[in-house]
Amino acid sequence: MDFTFSDDQKLFQESVASMLAGEVTPDSIRARWSSESGFDEAAWRQCAELGLTAALVPEAFGGLGLDEVDFIQLAQECGRVALPEPLVDTALVSVPMLAELVALDTALTDRCGELLSQVAEGSVRVGAAHVINPYLNFAADMQWLLLAYGEEVHLVPTESVTLEAHKSLDPSRRLYRVGDWRPSAETRLIQGQDGARLWRAALNRGALGSAAQLIGLSEAMVAQAVRYSGEREQFGRAIGANQAVKHLLADCAVKNEFAKPVIYRAAYTTSVNARRADCVVSHAKAAAARAAMLSARNAIQVHGAMGYTWECNLHIWAKRCWALDKAWGDTGFHENRINEWLLMADAPLGPENTFGAGRIPGEINDNNPLNEVAK
Amino acid sequence: MELVYTAEQEAFRAEVRQWLEVNVPAQPLQSFDTREGFEQHRQWEQTLAEGNWGMVTWPKEYGGRGCNLIEWLIFEEEYYRAQAPLRVNQNGIFLLGPTLMEYGSDEQKSRFISKMASGEEIWAQGWSEPGAGSDMAAIRCRADRDGDEYVINGQKIWSTRAVFADWVFCIFRTDPESTRHHGLSFIFVPLDAQGVTVRPIEQLNGLPGFAEIFFDDVRVPVFNRLGEEGEGWKIAMSTAGFERGLMLRSPARFQQSAKQLLQLYYQKRNEILDTSLENDVVSCYMDAEAYALSTYQTASRLMAGGTIGPESSCNKIFWSELDLRIQTTAMSLLGSRGEVVPESESEQGELGQWLEGFFFAQSGPIYAGTNEIQRNIIAERMLGMPRK
Repeated sequence: MDFTFSDDQKLFQESVASMLAGEVTPDSIRARWSSESGFDEAAWRQCAELGLTAALVPEAFGGLGLDEVDFIQLAQECGRVALPEPLVDTALVSVPMLAELVALDTALTDRCGELLSQVAEGSVRVGAAHVINPYLNFAADMQWLLLAYGEEVHLVPTESVTLEAHKSLDPSRRLYRVGDWRPSAETRLIQGQDGARLWRAALNRGALGSAAQLIGLSEAMVAQAVRYSGEREQFGRAIGANQAVKHLLADCAVKNEFAKPVIYRAAYTTSVNARRADCVVSHAKAAAARAAMLSARNAIQVHGAMGYTWECNLHIWAKRCWALDKAWGDTGFHENRINEWLLMADAPLGPENTFGAGRIPGEINDNNPLNEVAK
Repeated sequence: MELVYTAEQEAFRAEVRQWLEVNVPAQPLQSFDTREGFEQHRQWEQTLAEGNWGMVTWPKEYGGRGCNLIEWLIFEEEYYRAQAPLRVNQNGIFLLGPTLMEYGSDEQKSRFISKMASGEEIWAQGWSEPGAGSDMAAIRCRADRDGDEYVINGQKIWSTRAVFADWVFCIFRTDPESTRHHGLSFIFVPLDAQGVTVRPIEQLNGLPGFAEIFFDDVRVPVFNRLGEEGEGWKIAMSTAGFERGLMLRSPARFQQSAKQLLQLYYQKRNEILDTSLENDVVSCYMDAEAYALSTYQTASRLMAGGTIGPESSCNKIFWSELDLRIQTTAMSLLGSRGEVVPESESEQGELGQWLEGFFFAQSGPIYAGTNEIQRNIIAERMLGMPRK
């Protein structure tokens, strides 16, 4: 039993954090807002150079062969700077999907392996359109899309589908509804139970990545509010000296502190078996969303009227939080999954099951009718 | 990161479970806030000590097993699973014990620790005073040096377990010229010493769970001082760190309550009209699990050489508010039956300990530093917000 990150993991986190802090600034994010695609290719290249796109790609395909535990704090750092590019969904959802496809069917090695190498080097992007997300973020900037047809997984070139653009409440996100496309034997990669399991794992990884980003966003918003409350003076002193203001932010800190270990456990469980991680991932997503939603609200409150302006940078983070709160299953979806699971007559309860001894071996999850929703 | 118990840890869990199954009293003990219940609980401490289960993290020479923090967490999980008696000596074993190990001389350790472990000496804590509650540095109770002795005069209040306890550990002002957190010393006083008057205070549940202590020219040897003269604040803060941090409220306690809450809901689910209660029940369970995960994370960090940081102030708020939610939700599930004080055996079977737990939960956000003070500490020390 060891609940710490390794020195290598910490080092990787630090170098990613410092690169992102230097490159992904509020000004650069605002510049994306006024560009046509909203996508910063230079930022993507830098992420690729640092190994972020290659992180979960197996070594056989030019990747780093890391896992979800290695990546989870990197996703948190992406949230901390409100990185607009869909790095986390690419690295944590699309890449493992392709890698699992290769593992399931060696006939797919050439097709998916090639893509994995290209994703790793940063030259190609693959989006995974799970049915739980009605819109796919930055679909137009992907060369390939993984699409669901029932339980089947299809791989189609983006240029062959119609994309209907929608504006997001978060100007950093570019949403597309995937319109007409024709599934065929050529586009189909896998079907049946294997397909259903892949989509379920994708949902869990997507929710996990969103949870980590949400907690990074949450901590960043608290930090901004703390800074502002130390600078802004009223009645002859900094507003942050008032207990009413302190307690608003202390409440956020408590929620952040108790969401993080939940997210890290979910990352660990996902790395062991992503298909069996439903309950712990749902816990992570719900806890992170609740923490981040509170931080967004309270940080705006602490900023006063400035917090309600377009000029103040805070809404870059708040809006991402409001968007990710609904992505990969909203809190209602995830809490329902937990409720169904815990209220089964034979649910393995009690502390001896906290780390999944009774939780992972689980026909349990396969019997959960709610998982049908996720397919 | 390796979130799997080792074979040794699983074997340890099995050993604890087996011992508890044999030794936990079949009938629940009376409350330790009654004379008879107190002695029953003292007897239980003795039983634990005889099996070397009194304080598993302590070194073997003091009756412990030299267990690490993960093993301690496993022990606690099994302890609450077995619904073993509450620890009447928790002020001693969880708060003072670790502080004694850190600051005590060898003579002090051998004098106090094994009797603490065996339950022969039960400890109370004496920090608060009528004018020093949340503002603990306003302590006025004096201990004046007279040769090899201190002469103590003044008053302590809200001293938990002091009504029937044998000893109290206090912070007194040893430098009469000093103010605030300077000039304080950490001193032990036997509660049967001449000049000590203990006046019980009835708690919300009608039992004398805490007391006022009056000191009238009470003489104790200098040997009873822990650490150097004037170091009292620093030592008290280290005790407070343990209290808020890890030991006092192990997650297993809340996991057990939350599990029982889930079971209560399961029994009653077909008669409950308020559908929001299902979410309350499940969120209590998940939050208890979050508290456990956070504690495992802290334990792992400490075992890897790290320290408890200011983020430990988050613990107190989290567990005390969680406990309130668990108990309040249970009372809602019981509905109007929850008003009944369980007296007959069938009522006790049906209503369990929820009413007692509900009463006690009201004190959680108050004792060991109110949650308002905790929020100030988080804001100032963890987030870096201005004091003034």
